[in-house]
Amino acid sequence: MITNKDKVAAVEKFAEQVVEVEGRSLWQDARRRFFTNKAAVISLIILIIIAALSIFGPLLSRWNYADIDWSALSDISTLGRPSIANGHYFGTDPLGRDIFVRTMQGGQISLMVGILGSFVAVIIGTLYGATSGYLGGKVDSVMMRFLEILNSFPFMFFVIILMTVFGRNILLIFVAIGAVSWLDMARIVRGQTLSLKNKEYIEAAYACGVSTPKIIIRHIVPNVLGVVIVYATLLVPNMILLESFISFLGLGVQEPMTSWGALISEGAPNMDVAVWQLAWPLGFLVVTLFCFNFLGDGLRDALDPKDR
Amino acid sequence: MTKTVEKENILEVDNLRVNFKTPDGLVTAVNDLTFNLAQGETLGIVGESGSGKSQTAFALMGLLAGNGVIEGEARFEGQNILTLNEKAMNHIRSEKIAMIFQDPMTSLNPYMKVGKQLMEVLLLHKGMNKADAFEASVKMLDAVKMPEARKRMNMYPHEFSGGMRQRVMIAMALLCQPKLLIADEPTTALDVTVQAQILTLLNELKADFNTSIIMITHDLGVVAGLCDKVLVMYAGRTMEYGQTEDVFYRPTHPYTKGLLEAIPRLDGDGGALATIAGNPPNLLNLPAGCPFQERCLYAEDRCRKESPVLEEYQPGKLRACHKPVNWEVAS
Amino acid sequence: MFRFIVKRLLEAIPTLWALVTLSFFLMRFSPGSPFTSERGIPAAVLANLQAKYHMNEPLMNQYFHYLWDLLHGNLGYSFRFSDYTINQLIAQSFPISAEIGFWSFLVAVSLGVICGVFAALRQNSLLDYGVMTFANIGMVLPNFVIAPLCILFFSIKHHWLPAGGWNGGAWQYLIMPVIAMSTSYIAQIARITRGSMIETMHSHFIRTARAKGLPKARIVIQHALRPAMLPVVSYLGPAFVGIVTGSVVVDQFFGTGGIGQNFVNGALNRDYSLVMGVTILIGTLTILFNAIVDILYVFIDPKIRY
Repeated sequence: MITNKDKVAAVEKFAEQVVEVEGRSLWQDARRRFFTNKAAVISLIILIIIAALSIFGPLLSRWNYADIDWSALSDISTLGRPSIANGHYFGTDPLGRDIFVRTMQGGQISLMVGILGSFVAVIIGTLYGATSGYLGGKVDSVMMRFLEILNSFPFMFFVIILMTVFGRNILLIFVAIGAVSWLDMARIVRGQTLSLKNKEYIEAAYACGVSTPKIIIRHIVPNVLGVVIVYATLLVPNMILLESFISFLGLGVQEPMTSWGALISEGAPNMDVAVWQLAWPLGFLVVTLFCFNFLGDGLRDALDPKDR
Repeated sequence: MTKTVEKENILEVDNLRVNFKTPDGLVTAVNDLTFNLAQGETLGIVGESGSGKSQTAFALMGLLAGNGVIEGEARFEGQNILTLNEKAMNHIRSEKIAMIFQDPMTSLNPYMKVGKQLMEVLLLHKGMNKADAFEASVKMLDAVKMPEARKRMNMYPHEFSGGMRQRVMIAMALLCQPKLLIADEPTTALDVTVQAQILTLLNELKADFNTSIIMITHDLGVVAGLCDKVLVMYAGRTMEYGQTEDVFYRPTHPYTKGLLEAIPRLDGDGGALATIAGNPPNLLNLPAGCPFQERCLYAEDRCRKESPVLEEYQPGKLRACHKPVNWEVAS
Repeated sequence: MFRFIVKRLLEAIPTLWALVTLSFFLMRFSPGSPFTSERGIPAAVLANLQAKYHMNEPLMNQYFHYLWDLLHGNLGYSFRFSDYTINQLIAQSFPISAEIGFWSFLVAVSLGVICGVFAALRQNSLLDYGVMTFANIGMVLPNFVIAPLCILFFSIKHHWLPAGGWNGGAWQYLIMPVIAMSTSYIAQIARITRGSMIETMHSHFIRTARAKGLPKARIVIQHALRPAMLPVVSYLGPAFVGIVTGSVVVDQFFGTGGIGQNFVNGALNRDYSLVMGVTILIGTLTILFNAIVDILYVFIDPKIRY
């Protein structure tokens, strides 16, 4: 024997520590990797600032999002310019309403639609995908076939039909957008579940008589969480864009409430005379979408360093 | 085995050093490697994973990753191939030096028919027409004992088994009858029986084509069966270098000794397999002194302070160690 | 191969049926009627109108009626423009959308792939950063912002191009719609291509190709391009849907009179048969296109069995 006992023991102890550290620190490791990614961290900070502004910003102004400034109404292209003096930090819209407050209020709606919409999509998608992947066999192939059928529908058109038919209802926007967007999520989660299914701890749970719904909720879902979080982050900007598209068609939120998309579509025709009406909401939208994209990329690199 | 001292060297590597710039600092994967190779000779480079043996091969072929930096010289037929530009290097690759990779499953292009992948070498380097290239490829597949070679030219790699793919890789490497063949763990990914077939094949081809071979492996059995000379690497450095029978039957470096003892034996007493305790060191954070000292059973103070230099302790035998052992393997 | 194509196309039929059924009942169960806006009309006329559109029959009869007509390629009369059949309205607007869509698709795929490939081959160069910056901006700029920006720049500032209209598809009228429609898809395809090209260039079989002494151009074209295109091909389906949807915006801004305008008008006027006609047309195209993408995939990837 070449090895001496002390060294073997030392090495074994070391190996144990390594395994233990690795087992415990999957999320810690991800967090460390995430915080070394400057673009992602800066994006996160900017997003927090934008969210805080959207919520508390209106308190900083003497105007309300529905107030009309009659004094500026006569000549919007000069009196409605952004100025500190009259309290219209970002200027006014064609109706003399304050763009700053409206942008903040629109931010609330856009962020809410984005986050709640992806939440709906993630929940439906994760449960559908995990169920399909875990049950396998006939159920799986039927569920996947159904997904394929849904996938070839021009869903945006259904959303538009829904909106025209049932009127402008913010709740309906969530449901419609969420319902359009869970398909990819389901497919991703199913793929992950298929590879998890044969892991020992799932088999152990099954052997112990844990019921199928419980295995899915307790054992499958937590283990696909990383992928789900990454995908959800990347879904939010899509949601915001979808909402702005619906608002552009005039089918989004109801006046006098607004969203970034609605503000942009109101501001776009006036961009040659009153550019601030487009620039501010567009700037906020673009920066937010940028940040969500960088954040998503950062999270993906942190949670799954292989997948670059 | 033949003594090849009189023959002219086709490859002379002097102080080859490969550095990688990583976010965590400079990693020296290959550290002052020096060896030479005569026509028809086979050199085995042995070491654990991460010892820098594959990077040596990539450096010689000009295939290092983008963050790799090479120092030193490698003269092939008198010409330093490390400083050649891509175009000049492309005339060396395959024509003069060919390489076989570790993993036959991923080394062939899955989207291209095997025949086309073979033929393109001949079309490019030999200027053959398609019909000639096809016939020459079939002939080479026959030479590597591929059954139904003609039929297989029209198949895709996923229709081949691992061993068959490695045969294709070998055939591809030998198409232009290179002077030097670099084989990077050609049998590691294969079944044991297939391993033996591939090694037999390489031995035969070596005799048929008089090709020099650099055999990179961690399998000492492969070295013993195939190589004239052997170079033992650890943490990017040469530990011991000499004729195979000298190194294997009279190892003087504790690391070589450890490696030899770790070979499983069928005639053993069935007890626990001897191992070298611990893991290869982190190249970013090498210990002071000899890189092997932390795992060495014979290490003393001097080993922990100063790094041993590679010295020729007997004609044709080199080693880097402060505390050489004398050990005779009972054969 | 032929059998696979036939099978894949036959599979599209039940999907198509589901699409027709869903959109039919969605429209019929919605509150309000297409005739509510013409409240003044006498009861007799209303009854006549309803008879013309089979609105007086039970719902299931209406449904089978619609299916029967559809099988004969007849999409019925428009509720709003009752002198026109849906077929006529679509025949008028579809060629316009098809032309814009075709060019947008072509521009998006070719420019996207070229940008992506070069960015990947010159990774971390100025070119790469330029392409990625463009791609990141292009991805977040909605097309209803790009469209007015185009008008502002090309028409109002420089008077280079007409601000709208179609004029039989003369090239001046085509440029801005194509820019507005394709920008975000150029960006997306460039990103996807770059990513998969970088991954492919790092794969083992590319290393083998380099070890064979092949020149770089040959490695890229012969060895890397095909596998690197697989993710792009799977994105073509969603890109197609997106470009079709984009016609709603483009028609609105440039007054090109394409299918998107029909759809929005139809939806706002509750013109059931028009909306259904457009939805079915676009659904059919989408389903067909997905089938084509699947078939394309089999051609590219020899590992897929059919």
